[in-house]
Parts: sequence; structure tokens; C-alpha cells
Amino acid sequence: MAIKPMPDATLRDSFRESVIARASVLPWVLRLLNIGPILILILLAIVVSILTPNFLKPINLGNILAQIAVIATVAIGQHVVILTRGIDLSVGSNLALATVMGGLVFRMTDSSTAVMLAMLLSGTAIGAVNGLVYVFGRLPHPFIITLATLSICRGLALEFSVGHTTMRGMPDAIAALGGYSYFGIPNSFFVVLAVVLVAAVFTRYMVWGRWLYAVGGDPQAARGMGIPVRGVLVSAYVISGLCAGIGAILLSGRTGASSPLYGDLLELDTIAAVIIGGASFLGGRGHIGHALVGALMIGVIRNALNLLNVDVFFQMIAIGVIIVVAVEADVLRNRLEAQARALQSTRLQ
Amino acid sequence: MKKPSAAPVLSVHRAQKRFGAIEALKDVSLEIFKGEVLALLGDNGAGKSTLVKCISGLHALDGGEITIDGKRAALSSPAAARRAGIETVYQDLALFDNLTPAQNFYCGREIAYPSWLPQALRFLDRQTMDREAAAVIERLKVKLPKFDAPVALMSGGQRQAIAVARATVFARKVVILDEPTAALGVRESRKVLDLILQLKAEGNAVILITHNMEQVVELADRAIVLRQGRKVGELKPSRSNQQKLVSMIVGAEA
Repeated sequence: MAIKPMPDATLRDSFRESVIARASVLPWVLRLLNIGPILILILLAIVVSILTPNFLKPINLGNILAQIAVIATVAIGQHVVILTRGIDLSVGSNLALATVMGGLVFRMTDSSTAVMLAMLLSGTAIGAVNGLVYVFGRLPHPFIITLATLSICRGLALEFSVGHTTMRGMPDAIAALGGYSYFGIPNSFFVVLAVVLVAAVFTRYMVWGRWLYAVGGDPQAARGMGIPVRGVLVSAYVISGLCAGIGAILLSGRTGASSPLYGDLLELDTIAAVIIGGASFLGGRGHIGHALVGALMIGVIRNALNLLNVDVFFQMIAIGVIIVVAVEADVLRNRLEAQARALQSTRLQ
Repeated sequence: MKKPSAAPVLSVHRAQKRFGAIEALKDVSLEIFKGEVLALLGDNGAGKSTLVKCISGLHALDGGEITIDGKRAALSSPAAARRAGIETVYQDLALFDNLTPAQNFYCGREIAYPSWLPQALRFLDRQTMDREAAAVIERLKVKLPKFDAPVALMSGGQRQAIAVARATVFARKVVILDEPTAALGVRESRKVLDLILQLKAEGNAVILITHNMEQVVELADRAIVLRQGRKVGELKPSRSNQQKLVSMIVGAEA
């Protein structure tokens, strides 16, 4: 930004003052945008608890945590992929296929370990297919391959499931993990916390995480810096698949069943959670905990609309509107950052 | 015994590079010594960028060879060139907007532990990296608004300074700078030029690509002129032969 010569001193002074004023306000606005999602979540909780006293009852809060456990877990994996500028549309069908695989194994053995392993392996394998085809098939965007596996997994799940429909029954350990509570907090939420914790350690404290952010920030530069970009990309989709497998354990535990119909539109919920939580679609931005905040926000909104007897269809509209707001906030943040950069250059010394 | 100052750090011998029907480099040879600034001059399309990309491992030569300290070097990738001690500051910077200066410094060569794990699974030694990056920024007298903010928030000059500073940390032999001041204002350019002098003082061989003749005269110990993929001249730049350099670049000399 070039500074045009000012006709007189007063004008120059007012320019200088406005630059200084903006330069001191901007960082605060940016900081506010960064913690915005958490503030909005707290604000939302306060408003809802005023509107309906049932909201703050422990049993209702426990319900919310149980309801969002699957979305939150799968959203962590989705976030890892979105960090690399990618997207994983297959998570919902992947989860359904994983529950079916678990259900089939349960017909052969009572071992809960075997059933869990089947679900985790199925999810991870589909994730690996996504990543490998995307990277080594030289696809322009992961949208296409994950859209294909969305369809393939749903078809496979329907084909493999006995009677092409829901199969009852899950081992006790899985039912306990997905359905039971401990001091009012559902076990599934402890699983969510564990997944968030492990993901946070991997993404914030390990070299792999740094590479993830670098690849998302600038894939070309990452290659130039000697980062194994292909390996990082494949690993992101593998992690997303693994998270879908963990989500499968939680969901079939909660329902005591496996079904080829599970996880319908889960890809939308997880992408919404990541974006609402404050990550950027442009990649390389956002703390992994944002996915949890986003999932909690979706849970609170749905729960509040239920408690207030609002039509279910309106919930879908509300979530959609919130996604638009979140994406606009991301756009605004990028514009403000560009302004901050311009101010750095013109700052009068 | 070999005298360190007498042997070139890097030498390019009869480099050839073709892109289809276009001969981008024809028999280009050059040598550069420790503690020297070599200006690489030429009009657009003269082959400067191609030559630099061959040295920094982005392109492979079709003919000729590159030696480092007298030994033939296989510069098959940017990582290999960097391991050989060659740092490049590209025109488009190759900084990660979403990372802080310290994170940018060590990107792709993070200090991490424990060493028995594969690099990807090691834990970042953030304190050491932050401390050392901060020390370099301090030593080079680069002023940054905030050290722990992503570089997206910094000005062109600050970003360029970070990119050059990164090269100074890791350069062990050769630093290549591709038009380092092209997008900068006067004051910011000055800062970067000071950094180049510092690089030289620390014993690096510096290859500088620029269109700015003032900078060539001020900084460069030697200048090599390329035209249409050939080396057409080599001289010591000074005020008095500045005009001759320009006519060599455009191909108008007598």
C-alpha cells in the first residue's frame, strides 16, 4: 500500500492517527475471532439455560455429551484432513461399513476385542484407500475419491449386512463404552476426551503435526523444504478413517447394534463441527480442540431446539445458517490479516 | 595441502539444460569462492533462474556437472542441495503464512527427540528452536512486531528478512538469493542488503540475482552476465563499468 503525499500537515497527522488506531485495534479483533467459537458456545449455553431450565439438569447435559460423542470423534479425523486443505466425505459410510464389519465378526466370536479391532481396521483401511488413491492417483482434489468411497462403502455395508439391514447385538464391553455413564458423564465422552488429547499431542507437540500444518499452509513450499508431502497426506486420511472406526465402536455400543444405515450425513455434521469450531477451509489453521467445540455447539443447538419443541427440520436449517456464519467469520479473519500486513508496511516510523 | 580460499566452494562446469526445443543453458561455467558475493545478471529469459534452480536441486542438469569443494555433487532434490550446504531464498519466499518465524525457520528440519524414533514421530524441541531462532533474529537486527505471531501478519520486508535470516542459519557454504529486494521499499531493501553483507562476512559464498545495478556495484565482488543461455561476460563491477554491464545484459556492446 503506497502512501500518497498529503497536501498538508494536519491531513498527514490524521492519517498517522488512524493508522496507529487501526494498528492497535486489529490484533484484538483478530484475537477475538480466534477464541470466538468458545465465547459463542458459552454465550449459547447461558441463553439456552435462561430460555429453558431443563437445559442445565445433569441428565440433559449427559445426554448432550452422549449425543455428540460420535460427531466429535469423527470430526477430529475430519479436522486433521481439513488441516491439509482436504476433505473426507466418506466418513459416514465408512462408519456404517465399520459397524457392519464389527457386527459380522460378532456373529463368529463373542470377543469384544475382535469386534473392536474389526471396526478399527475397516475404518483405517478405507482411510488408507482414500489417501493412497488421492495421492498416487494424482487426483486434483480429495473431494472426488472420498465421494466415490462414500458411495462404495454404503453399498458394501448394505451388501455385507445380514438381510441388508440392522443387525442386533454387541459385546458387553462395547455396549458399556458406548452406552453407560460414570458419575453422570457418558463413557463415550471419556473416549472423546482421550481422542482429543492424543490428537492434540500429535498435532501440537510432534514433528508430524508440524508437517501437517506446513502442508496445509503451503504444499509447494513444504515440498521445497523437504517435507514428505505425500506421506503426510496419506496419513491424514488414514487418521480420519481410524476416527470413523472409533466412532463406529461408540455408535454401535450406544445402540447395541450395527447397521448399514448408520452415519447418514455424518460427513456434513463433522465438516460443520470443524468449521463452526473455527478451523479454516484454507488449511493449516485451527487447534484440534476446535472440532470438539464445534461438535459441542451443534449438540447444544440441537438439544435446545428439542427442549424448546422446535421442528426437527428447522434444526437442519439452523445448522446450515451457522455454517455460513462460521465460513464468513473465516473470510473476515483473512481480510483483517491482510489489512494487518498492510499496516505493518505503512506503519510510520 | 589445499588452501581454503584458493579453491572454489562451488563450481558449475559446462552446464547444459534444455526444455524441449529451448536451450535454457548452453555451456555455462562459473566458480564461486568463500566470502564472495557473485552477481548473476541477465535479461528476462537469459537463464539465471534456470541455472539457480539447477544449483538448488529443483532441476537436473542435462549436461555438465556441479562440484562442491572439488567433489562432484548429486543435487537431485532441494533437500539434497540443502544437505550439501546450499540454501536458496526464492523470489516467492516459500514461507508458511500460518507458522511463526521460529516454526518457519526449522520447517522440514525440526529439532526433535528422541532420536531412535522416525523423525515424524519425534517430539518437537520447541524451546531450543524458539530460542535459537530468536537469537538469530536478534543478531541480524531484524525487527519483528511479535515473535510468536504467524508470518501472515508481517510486512513484505519483515517476511523477506525472515527468509534471508533462515538461510543464514542453515547456510554452510552457498546462499542463493533470487531478487531479494524486488518487492520491497527503500528502507526494507536496505535491511536485506545489510543481511547479505553479513552473510558474506560470515564466510558464505553468496549468489545474488538482481536487476538493480546500484546493488550490484555496492555488493558484488564479481558479476557474471548471461544472455540467451550463454555466459557472455564476467567482470568486477564498479561505477566506471556499470554502463558496460548494462550493455552486456541487453546485448548492445561493441
